[in-house]
Amino acid sequence: MEKILLDVLTKNSLLMGFAVIGVTVWFSYWLSNRFTRGRLHGSAIAIMMGLAMAYVSGVFTEGQKGVADVPLLAGVGLMGGAMFRDFAITATAFGVQFSEIRKAGLSGIVSLFAGVLVSFVVGAAVAAAFGYNDAVSMATIGAGAVTYIVGPVTGAAIGASSDVIALSIAAGLVKSILVMVGSPFFARTIGLDNPRTAMVFGGMMGTTSGVCGALAAIDPKLVPYGAMTSTFYTGLGCLMGPSVLFLATQALVG
Amino acid sequence: MVIYGTALLAACVLVGLFIGDTLGVAIGVKANVGGIGFAMLLLIFASEYLRGKNLLPQPTREGVYFWSAIYIPVVVAMAAQQNVVAALKGGPAAILAGTLAVVISFALIPVIERIGKEKPVLQSSVVPE
Repeated sequence: MEKILLDVLTKNSLLMGFAVIGVTVWFSYWLSNRFTRGRLHGSAIAIMMGLAMAYVSGVFTEGQKGVADVPLLAGVGLMGGAMFRDFAITATAFGVQFSEIRKAGLSGIVSLFAGVLVSFVVGAAVAAAFGYNDAVSMATIGAGAVTYIVGPVTGAAIGASSDVIALSIAAGLVKSILVMVGSPFFARTIGLDNPRTAMVFGGMMGTTSGVCGALAAIDPKLVPYGAMTSTFYTGLGCLMGPSVLFLATQALVG
Repeated sequence: MVIYGTALLAACVLVGLFIGDTLGVAIGVKANVGGIGFAMLLLIFASEYLRGKNLLPQPTREGVYFWSAIYIPVVVAMAAQQNVVAALKGGPAAILAGTLAVVISFALIPVIERIGKEKPVLQSSVVPE
């Protein structure tokens, strides 16, 4: 019996993923209504529960892919993997007004450059403060603060050591998680309730997973606008990190 | 037919990703440059065009709406497979770098947001006595 059940569940892992995530979302919305009267959005709680599950799985399996490393939950990996993510993010654009996108025009573009630059400078400065004061390490960790993809891409291009690259990925992961969990609390403060600000938010923060997770909790209608700009951010970061930003760092610290 | 909507969406994503990858190779970057952004623009233009031609009946739209609605659960699944252990193990340097990058970028959003914005109509916040 037990073996048959396990077989069915692992053979149909994607369905298992739908069921597990469905229960997680249901439980999160119940918590949200019951204990916060909906003030802390159900999707924000669900994302935090997802991260918590990833942490617990990471501790037990010593893997790198959170719950996806648990054989029974491998389907969650497929469901939250690049293919489904890209498919679902794109679908949110259905019904978006093109005129809204045009309105953000200049500030959207400025936010992209400013976002990459600010994160890079902050990351590089923190790296220097912790004793990583050579240009290669500073640029790699700075690039990691841009996103956890830009970090290793830059590090590999300029020949950083593997522990520095690991550190840059960690910085990017912290950023992504913090954007996801923290932004909904401060959305009101910066007026993040309209498509235009959502596009600037996407351009400044850049981490697509963080931005889309945060906007889903703030107002699902804003997801496509933030996703639109943030999807260009990683590309821009990969372009600037190993080139102008590294050269500028080198010129500064020698 | 519902599948028409889903097929349209799939086609937009595939073409968008192709453009993004091609652009990445063209400028010598090991990443997909804005692929999803292009996919979204394609979907917006395609749906506006089809709607104008009256070729977007309710069932076709359902084929896209379902995926749009499944988005939040997909994000939850995505969160559940992040390397949270590594993020925390990176130690204070990684945590501080990530946190400061978020805080400072976030604080700058209202400043950037004002760029290129038409001047808002002045609201009389001062109440005459």
